Amino acid sequence: MEFCPTVKNILLLDSEGNRVAVKYYSDDWPTNSAKEAFEKAVFTKTQKTNARAEAEITMFENNIVIYKFAQDLHFFVTGGDDENELIISTVLQGFFDAVGLLLRDNVDKKEALENLDLILLCLDEIVDGGIILETDANVIAGKVAAHSMDSGAPLSEQTISQALATAREHLTRSLLSV
Amino acid sequence: MAQYVKKDDDRDEEAEYSPFSGIEKGAVLQEARVFNDPQLDSRRCSQVITKLLYLLNQGDTFTKTEATEVFFSVTKLFQARDVGLRRMVYLIIKELSPSADEVIIVTSSLMKDMNSKTDVYRANAIRVLCRITDGTLLTQIERYLKQAIVDKNPVVASAALVSGIHLLQTNPEIVKRWSNEVQEAVQSRAALVQFHALALLQQIRQNDRLAVSKLVTSLTKGTVRSPLAQCLLIRYTSQVIRESSMNSQTGDRPFYDYLEGCLRHKSEMVIFEAARAITELSGVTSRELTPAITVLQLFLSSSKPVLRFAAVRTLNKVAMTHPMAVTTCNIDMESLISDQNRSIATLAITTLLKTGNESGVDRLMKQITNFMSDIADEFKIVVVDAIRSLCLKFPLKFRTLMGFLSNILREEGGFEYKKAIVDSIVTIIREIPDAKESGLLHLCEFIEDCEFTYLSTQILHFLGIEGPKTSDPSKYIRYIYNRVILENATVRASAVSTLAKFGAMVDSLKPRIFVLLRRCLYDNDDEVRDRATLYLNTIGGDGSVVETDKDVKEFLFGALDLPLANLETSLKNYEPSEEPFDIRSVSREVKSQPFAEKKAAAKKPTGLGAPPAGPTSAVDTYDKLLLSIPEFSTFGQLFKSSAPVELTEAETEYAVNVVKHIFDRHVVFQYNCTNTIPEQLLEDVTILVDASEAEEFEEVATKPLKSLPYDTPGQTYVAFEKPEGVPAVGKFSNVLRFMVKEVDPSTGEAEEDGVEDEYQLEEFEVVAADYMLKVGVSNFRNAWESLGPDFERVDEYGLGPRESLKEAVSTVINLLGMQPCEGTEVVAANSRSHTCLLSGVYIGNVKVLVRLSFGVDSAKEVAMKLAVRSEDEGVSDAIHELVAN
Repeated sequence: MEFCPTVKNILLLDSEGNRVAVKYYSDDWPTNSAKEAFEKAVFTKTQKTNARAEAEITMFENNIVIYKFAQDLHFFVTGGDDENELIISTVLQGFFDAVGLLLRDNVDKKEALENLDLILLCLDEIVDGGIILETDANVIAGKVAAHSMDSGAPLSEQTISQALATAREHLTRSLLSV
Repeated sequence: MAQYVKKDDDRDEEAEYSPFSGIEKGAVLQEARVFNDPQLDSRRCSQVITKLLYLLNQGDTFTKTEATEVFFSVTKLFQARDVGLRRMVYLIIKELSPSADEVIIVTSSLMKDMNSKTDVYRANAIRVLCRITDGTLLTQIERYLKQAIVDKNPVVASAALVSGIHLLQTNPEIVKRWSNEVQEAVQSRAALVQFHALALLQQIRQNDRLAVSKLVTSLTKGTVRSPLAQCLLIRYTSQVIRESSMNSQTGDRPFYDYLEGCLRHKSEMVIFEAARAITELSGVTSRELTPAITVLQLFLSSSKPVLRFAAVRTLNKVAMTHPMAVTTCNIDMESLISDQNRSIATLAITTLLKTGNESGVDRLMKQITNFMSDIADEFKIVVVDAIRSLCLKFPLKFRTLMGFLSNILREEGGFEYKKAIVDSIVTIIREIPDAKESGLLHLCEFIEDCEFTYLSTQILHFLGIEGPKTSDPSKYIRYIYNRVILENATVRASAVSTLAKFGAMVDSLKPRIFVLLRRCLYDNDDEVRDRATLYLNTIGGDGSVVETDKDVKEFLFGALDLPLANLETSLKNYEPSEEPFDIRSVSREVKSQPFAEKKAAAKKPTGLGAPPAGPTSAVDTYDKLLLSIPEFSTFGQLFKSSAPVELTEAETEYAVNVVKHIFDRHVVFQYNCTNTIPEQLLEDVTILVDASEAEEFEEVATKPLKSLPYDTPGQTYVAFEKPEGVPAVGKFSNVLRFMVKEVDPSTGEAEEDGVEDEYQLEEFEVVAADYMLKVGVSNFRNAWESLGPDFERVDEYGLGPRESLKEAVSTVINLLGMQPCEGTEVVAANSRSHTCLLSGVYIGNVKVLVRLSFGVDSAKEVAMKLAVRSEDEGVSDAIHELVAN
């Protein structure tokens, strides 16, 4: 019997349902076409809802999908249907906020693609093989930013240094508030 | 036109936004050569890796050679000292999932990083290495991993622990050696380290019940830092509760206080986890439920959709088993019907349908009618299913509910939705006789304009069976013949069959049906013509009013009582020859499903409010099953099948339960056996039954089970003869006898030779209640009056001191084995008296009604007045005898 809370996938799609970055942790979708079919179905099912202020939730193919939108980006986290909804929701919120910090609140598709390395690292820091690693957005963004600290600015020099500044700022703020 | 041009412009512009527009695999692979430069440009390398990852993420695949090439050049990048680049290197290595011989190339670099002073390197190198490593390499790095588990940097410790959880699947024996370190990590001050350590520790010890119990005992008293760890602990606690409740029946439930305490935790995640755990406790009492329901009720009015959803979904489940406990939430639930989130609204509706009472049905249906127009089909199906069960619960309300179903049947909708509605109407027609005529007419109207061939044929088939039995069968003919004129060949063919059934059953209609069938002879589809010809010849009588032959009816209405799979195999094996295919040669034995298949079936979807598998008539299934066994086929109509009685303790080597099948002159015991030992194959399994304490029974036949492989249930039967129509009782003791063969677990093959063995089972009794069918009546008073006082028997009994009135009532109900009516099985708390109404059918098809009046005095002495009315004097007396003994 599986006890440990597990995440089946994390998806970041654009406003037309295309992939920006996705990560699957479950064998439920063995092929790329199965994955794309899932993404398309989830996107179509959710696109008309208003998931901007608060995360929304739906059941889909025996999975819970929790999602939130920002500008032209759609964030999704999927878990099994017997999973605690609030745990999945915490993962989504962690991902969503961490991306916000890393993109310095310019959360849109263009910015996300220009900083795709940060997004991918961010996914890597949240979940490892389905097991939740970290859900605190400040910590996640801090770790991602720390990795990039010594590198020359990657794809877009400006944004990354900005992102770093914000991330550090948030970190200090959260440290002070504790 | 101008607009279109503009749009294209827009798109071009948009495409330029993406740094990856026009990206091509070949070009990127070319670019990857920069990894081999002697002077590494970290920034450029990072960019190229990002592009590679982008391609992989978009679903592009690399060929084996391409992947190997990229992998080898990436390994060069370990020379660079850039932290950001190193992170990207880790990522791409994980994505490329290199083969074993490639892994060796990076092992040393990763091991170096594992011991680096930089925490980031250590944590990530551990995760990468554990992801790509195999067992042999693992022993080499084990020492470092053990160290990492207790590393003072939480990120490193978590990385090692999470990797341990993954490795436990592939190399359990190695990971199990780390339990001391993991134990230490459970005490960590870092919240997430504690969570990961707890997850790993439990998985290491999951087979050691005592250890898990100890772990839970110590942690529920101590401090658990992160909400995630707290949720995990709640899950372990429920498991411990599940396992311990089997032993101690009395007293308070262990750890319940801990769960209840978690309802006051500051994190919603933990509160919800605890509330859910409480609602799922087996045999949960309403006192235990109340605090959980209270917090869930608060969640219902939360501003967060996720919270509302979680709460309503859990309450929906509770409503299936404890509808009364959820009624306190009805007001909040009703306001959720208009929730923006349709999943929440649907769950709220179906919960209300489960908890509602008879008087509220009309109001609720009005609310749903408005709601139905703006939800998706899949939600509508859930609602339809809920309405069906509501209708079966309150049969008197069938007019309202049937009206609702026929209305939505007329509206637009997809196949699955329409099918759900049709299925529901069919179920209601079957269960509620009063609903038959109106239901059939609704179905007739539906097929007048139905675009789904499958549904039309199903309905036509159903009409053929039910229609002729109605008061005025002729009114359905028009609808059926219209199909012959208007529809496609498949529907036409089944309409012809339906017409034939009317012709065969209703003699007065026969001449007119003949006229219609003759017209079908000119159909342009050969199947339709063939059927018409066949039926014209079989029904016979040349269109005059005569009684149809019994064989013809059998042919028209009899079901094919063969397992289709067996028929298929036999037909495939049949070689065309002079000798015609003999249907009697087909085996009637139902093959047990192979293990793998069964597992897949068990994983069946239980989606959003998926209805619990409908109460399929158990008797029906058993009836077919028993008739298919030649030894028992002469026993006639099955009267009743009991619920399974366990003959073994839980978790023994062989699990056996028995189902008692009662026939008029026979009793068949069906022993369901499961072999729970993977290393054994049982053959020639039989049951030796000692019936010396059941004098009126005489053993007549046994049907052994040829083979009983691991975890695939099989059946063996023993049949007894008994005096006709007499409710004979007795006690039976049983021994399981079989031939056991060793099985090699790796190959799954059994050895040639076996040993005979026996296994003692518990004994069971055939009691009077086995001869009583639970058949409810919707209006007890009417039924009571109509039976009349002719064969009424009234007497009073003292039941002696009892634990409670409730216990006394349920004992008597179980003793009689009758169906409680109008909810009278529920005894109000603290009441001093109670009246209970029961109905049933006694063997010999005798209708029996019982009115029980209970009273209890201060010494808990219970007295009972038993009034029986039935269609037979002897039966009324027999019921009294049941109680008197």
